[in-house]
Amino acid sequence: MIINLNINGSNIKVEVKEDEYLSETLRNNGCKSVKRGCDKSTCGACTVLVDGIPVLSCSYFSHRAEGKSITTLEGVIEEAEKLGEHIINEGADQCGFCTPSLALTTISMKRELGNPTEEDIKHYINGNLCRCTGYEAQMKGIKKYLEVE
Amino acid sequence: MKVLDKKRPKILKIVNQPIPKRDGKKLVTGAAVYTDDLAPRDALIVKILRSKHHFAEILNIDTEKAEKIEGVECILTYKDVPDVRITRAGQTFPEPSPLDWKILDNYVRYIGDEVAVIAARNEEQADKAMRLIKVDYRVIEPVLDYKTAVQSKSIVHFEKDSRVNYDIGFEPEKNIASHLHFDIGDYEKGFRESEIILEREYETQATNPAMMEPVTTYTYMDEYDRMTVVSATQVPFHVRRMIANSLNIPTSRVRVKKPRIGGGFGLKQTAASEFFPALVTLKTGKAAKIYYSRKEVFLATTRRHPFLMKVKIGANRDGKIKAFDFEAISDTGAFGEHASTVIEACAEKSMAMYNKVDGYRFDATAVYTNLPSSGAFRGYGKTQGLFAVESIVNELAKEIGMDPTELRKMNLIKKGENLLLGTNHVYEDDIIRQDSCELDFLIDRGKELINWDENYPGKDMGNGKFRGVGMALSIQASGVLNIDSASATLKFNSDGFFTLLISATDMGTGCDTILSQMAAETLQVPLENIVVYAADTDVTPYDDGSYASSSTYVTGRAVVEASETIIEKLKKEVSEISHTKIDEIEYDNGVFAWGEDSISLKDLGYRLNCRQVMATGSHTCSKEAPPYKSGFALVEVDTETGKVDVLEFAGVVDCGTVINSNLCTVQTQGGILQGIGMALYEDINHDFAGREMNDSFMTYKIPTRKDSPKIMVDFAKSYEPTGPYGAKSIGEVVINAAAPAIADAIYNAIGVRFRKLPITPEKVFFALNK
Repeated sequence: MIINLNINGSNIKVEVKEDEYLSETLRNNGCKSVKRGCDKSTCGACTVLVDGIPVLSCSYFSHRAEGKSITTLEGVIEEAEKLGEHIINEGADQCGFCTPSLALTTISMKRELGNPTEEDIKHYINGNLCRCTGYEAQMKGIKKYLEVE
Repeated sequence: MKVLDKKRPKILKIVNQPIPKRDGKKLVTGAAVYTDDLAPRDALIVKILRSKHHFAEILNIDTEKAEKIEGVECILTYKDVPDVRITRAGQTFPEPSPLDWKILDNYVRYIGDEVAVIAARNEEQADKAMRLIKVDYRVIEPVLDYKTAVQSKSIVHFEKDSRVNYDIGFEPEKNIASHLHFDIGDYEKGFRESEIILEREYETQATNPAMMEPVTTYTYMDEYDRMTVVSATQVPFHVRRMIANSLNIPTSRVRVKKPRIGGGFGLKQTAASEFFPALVTLKTGKAAKIYYSRKEVFLATTRRHPFLMKVKIGANRDGKIKAFDFEAISDTGAFGEHASTVIEACAEKSMAMYNKVDGYRFDATAVYTNLPSSGAFRGYGKTQGLFAVESIVNELAKEIGMDPTELRKMNLIKKGENLLLGTNHVYEDDIIRQDSCELDFLIDRGKELINWDENYPGKDMGNGKFRGVGMALSIQASGVLNIDSASATLKFNSDGFFTLLISATDMGTGCDTILSQMAAETLQVPLENIVVYAADTDVTPYDDGSYASSSTYVTGRAVVEASETIIEKLKKEVSEISHTKIDEIEYDNGVFAWGEDSISLKDLGYRLNCRQVMATGSHTCSKEAPPYKSGFALVEVDTETGKVDVLEFAGVVDCGTVINSNLCTVQTQGGILQGIGMALYEDINHDFAGREMNDSFMTYKIPTRKDSPKIMVDFAKSYEPTGPYGAKSIGEVVINAAAPAIADAIYNAIGVRFRKLPITPEKVFFALNK
């Protein structure tokens, strides 16, 4: 089937299978920041924004996104670089596989919550698993980015 | 023994600094850098039909219908693979692991074992074909309990062609993959003269490394008709050998490259996925790709060897430890990957910090079962052994009424003293002497951070919750003595920058960065003037790969040596250009000077356009330079639910010189959190029929952000004279000590001793409500 998507500001027509997930469609269309970590919406690595709301694209059918605006990290690259710098400066990037989705979720949190507390942050990004860092340094970087005390 | 930098550089400019990871910017902005991001779009999709039985003979495979599915390129079975057994363990040749594995076999040995390989144009077609393959099995009684595997009538590896490269106590007819027995010193006298002897049984579980990037590989034949394997592997050179051996093609026809790796923790030291696309590419000539589902990562790769350990400790009432006795059974699963070396690592280091004992005895057997294969996982046998040994030392402290930190200080190895033995029974003073060892500091600083004096042993919070503190120590190795080898090549380029070629495999550890730091420091150039590239077996020099905590200590030495050598080579060039004797030329901060004249690296780079100056340094691990760590836990136990919360954890590390404080800190925090996961909930269970129940992140819990306590990290001021810039390893030592420290903290909170991991709420609840 052919669906209409707006990916990072560009309107495109894409041919997808009926049971295709958005993670696959996006990766096939050059958005490699969308990672596949679990295929079961349990790790957060495939997070994208659909009409501004974070969703796990590995369990979101592509056809559900018909006519919707999709943002991947590639679409907010300037913001990603700002946040990324804080994460890198804490040494919290490590293997990096979970970081793009963490960055996108954090950017979405900033838009949604404005000025979150540490507890808000933990709650908002709790679904973004990381196996390398122990989370502490990521939190430091995120707080610096958000200018949270 | 060559000691590096006899005169310690006074001011380190690049080493010992919190330099950002060099690939960081591209990683955090989601660049296409991992294997699957780079795979050609037209690669055939490879899928595996896996066994539903623990143990069965394949009588017939009917692929006729499946082959007719549109898009299916080939379906391969045991009839299509060379009759060769290898080991998938990524180890230096000759591999210590038994050669007991075939790409496809007519026997399946665990649920998840490979039955057929399907290659199709897309995933849908491959899945469809997979459902149409008909397999007739003759089911065999499986071996499911490792504790009784030796007595089992079923033999997991009855075939005649499984073998070993050298004696590891391999007795497959008894389901024994490896047996290790030795004693050192007069342990019998130690026990005879002990005033108190404790004997306890401990058990550690199977856990999955659970790195975020699943196992993945793609392959293609290059323009010279050579097999190119691009894979998320920790061991490119070992994979090259394994692919060549298992497919019966010359090693010269195989090239292995690793792009960025999304975590490994040892899982990617065993080749799981590489063979299947390679087989397809060899048969079809076409590019092929495999990407494991998370379920396949759980079912069909490797996990930590479960251990059952019977430990005996003999001591005097004043706290002097006199002897140990350590007996263990480990479950290596369906194949013997890392079976012998994991028990060996356990034997050599678990009791090593107590070097004042009269002796100890060690006896361990790694047995085959019809469960998924065990393999390497951060800590590699020491995590298991240290849980038992550190726990029994804590139990001894309780028994004689001593503070466990004081008990340890009485018995621990000190700087300048010898380990009882080195890897593979090396006893030479030079090799086993500890030139850096700050255990006393690790204990004192840990006590401060966790506020030990106030919190020990524990307190009733008055709301059904009880708090307690506990501690334990950790030791690992820095590379495998006399085995781990690495080379590093530096290439001098026009414009005066250097290319650093290495085959250490940065899986998030940051070794590309810290090895660049060492090169830049030695070459006295800014970090930007070092371009790092790893790893490609056609281009970069040999390295065992990144495992056994070897990249900083072993590859680092090779990098420093290559840097020193290339400066000498460049001096020679300058001497020719300037008609000056070499010893009249001084090199300082990127400039060669003689008399009144000088030339910068930049200018020299252009002058040397017609001559390529390169240098390679090589190093083999030749010293026991283990890192140490103390772990201190503050826990709160909810007696109503049995839930244990780690409130705070302090980890203090002696890794010699800290090459990059940010990266070392984060590795320590990450390792501690993995240790907490192992202590409290990570576990692979099987249902009544022996089927794995924990095959996703829903059922196999790894710590989340909300589970993560305050983790405090500090480092000892320490300097290892045989390490590059005084460094030792960091990667693995940080996971140990968490489990025994937490188990003791729980005891100090509620007075119940847990000797079997993980310590789940159910176990705590039932222990409190017996």
